[in-house]
Amino acid sequence: MAVSTAPPAAVPAGPASPGPASRRGRGGPRRRENIAGYVFLSPWLLGLMGITAIPMLLSLYLSFTNYDALTDFSAVKWVGFDNYRTMFTADPSYWHAVRVTVMFALIAVPLKLATALGVALLLNRAFRGVGLFRGLFYLPSLLGGSVALAIVWVNMFNREGAFNSLLSVFGIEGAPWVNDPDWALETLMVLAIWQFGAPMVIFLAGLKQIPTELYEAASVDGANPWRQFRAVTLPMLSPVIFFNLVLETINGFQGFTSAFVLSNGTGGPVDSTLMYSLNLYIKGFTELQMGYASAMAWVFLVAIALITVVLFSTGRFWVHYSDGEDR
Amino acid sequence: MRGRLSLPPRGRTVVRLLILIVILAVVLYPLLWMLGTSVKSREEIATNIGLWPDVFTPGNFRDGWQNFDVSFGRFFANSAMVAVLTVVGNAVSCLLAAYAFARLRFRMRKIWFAIMIGTLLLPGHVLIIPQYVLFKQLGWVGEPWPYLPLLVPQFLATEAFFVFLMVQFMRGIPYELDEAAKIDGASPYTVFRHVIVPLSRPALVTTAIFSFIWAWNDFFRQLVFLSDLQDYTVPVALTLFIDSTSESAVGPMFAMSLLSLVPVFLFFVAFQRLLVEGINTSGIKG
Repeated sequence: MAVSTAPPAAVPAGPASPGPASRRGRGGPRRRENIAGYVFLSPWLLGLMGITAIPMLLSLYLSFTNYDALTDFSAVKWVGFDNYRTMFTADPSYWHAVRVTVMFALIAVPLKLATALGVALLLNRAFRGVGLFRGLFYLPSLLGGSVALAIVWVNMFNREGAFNSLLSVFGIEGAPWVNDPDWALETLMVLAIWQFGAPMVIFLAGLKQIPTELYEAASVDGANPWRQFRAVTLPMLSPVIFFNLVLETINGFQGFTSAFVLSNGTGGPVDSTLMYSLNLYIKGFTELQMGYASAMAWVFLVAIALITVVLFSTGRFWVHYSDGEDR
Repeated sequence: MRGRLSLPPRGRTVVRLLILIVILAVVLYPLLWMLGTSVKSREEIATNIGLWPDVFTPGNFRDGWQNFDVSFGRFFANSAMVAVLTVVGNAVSCLLAAYAFARLRFRMRKIWFAIMIGTLLLPGHVLIIPQYVLFKQLGWVGEPWPYLPLLVPQFLATEAFFVFLMVQFMRGIPYELDEAAKIDGASPYTVFRHVIVPLSRPALVTTAIFSFIWAWNDFFRQLVFLSDLQDYTVPVALTLFIDSTSESAVGPMFAMSLLSLVPVFLFFVAFQRLLVEGINTSGIKG
């Protein structure tokens, strides 16, 4: 890049301030840029309206109707808050699905993040082969969400699967994990934790940002490694932990593929893997109660928004941002 | 505690490596087991505990390929088409939107940008029912070409992750280049064509790779919108194996599952560095 006398082109923090020149123009160029902006934005705007906004409003409307995908639109009946009332008071499967989903997220997400952080700490040293380790640990994050891997997982944890074979080597008699209502969801949690590579890579990047002087200062003060981890690593890493926590929580609540494959789309055994999204799919596309499923979708949306807000508001108490660095 | 911590540096490195190798073995075991099972005979799947088969049975691949009335060749072709068109759609539409957000000044830009960031957190499953209803009204579901509902959104920059990734990247391109071009009388379109697009290649490559992998692995939307066997993509076709409960299908099912992961694995091998760095710069999920 040619050396310029102008100050280095700093990356602006917000969407604002694209270069001073664009601000300088008279009416003509500014107007032209205004039009150009909307020309370039038009596919996105069309998508925002047609694929996101209008469907959202349509779904809000449908949630107050008995729409079932079979009858014509003109025959749709307004049912007021009936769908919401049924959901909250008369549909035990709804609350069951909520419990399954919350349990899944509450257990799988912290364990996945803890694993990711632990492995990142082990990898945060320069040694030969560190890149290979990092890459191979990341691989499950690319493959793990697929139907193929879910199929592998289910077969690994069925009665004749590899996991029980492994246990039998140690003389332990296993359970038919995926067919056992007490264990089926746990096998899906393990599948989620197995994909710890993506947050691990983000943790590694965060660890690299921590100035080594902090550790040197801590060790001069006589802090042992555990103390250094508590007093330096955790606070310095807290923005990255927070970022991963938000991302993984939102993802955790949306689990679908593995539960679908394990239960062949039913949420079984005995509804033990009836994740919210799977329940929504069953109500909407198997039972064709699309009005009811729309109501479920809206409650889901509000719930996810609330969880995000709660996460952000608690974040203020434990997320430490170093000076001037606004992530 | 103290004794362990005061290990000599060399010793500590060895302990660290041993732990990592154990974790790696656990992480890789399911993949190796899949590989082994895909070439085991029906009898060996039930009896042989080991990873590798005594009798190599590549016939699973042939049986799996032909297991349904439509061959897996068709399913792979369908998946490849969806994935490639998704890549094209995302690359083009997200590039256009990102250029507007990152480099142009226009009215209400900040509001649109905030909305775009908001859609990043919007759970996709929330929109599936109204989208289905809407696309059905438009006559896009099923005949004559059932892929419109999967592809049209990709051509309208609805994957906000990629817009955001490109915006972040474009902000790093020196603004002096735009100014110089503008002084020479270049329009925003010329700047886009001759300055931004060539310099945005790294972000484009990252977008292309991730959108291919996501489209290839996608299941939810393809399950909802594809209903005829001959239109199925690989993930939807794989679930047919679960329906057929017969024991004999396990080997072929593993063979096809393994094959379905090959494209993603090849991307991983070819672009490992870029993928790992890609999720760093954008926080993208794998």
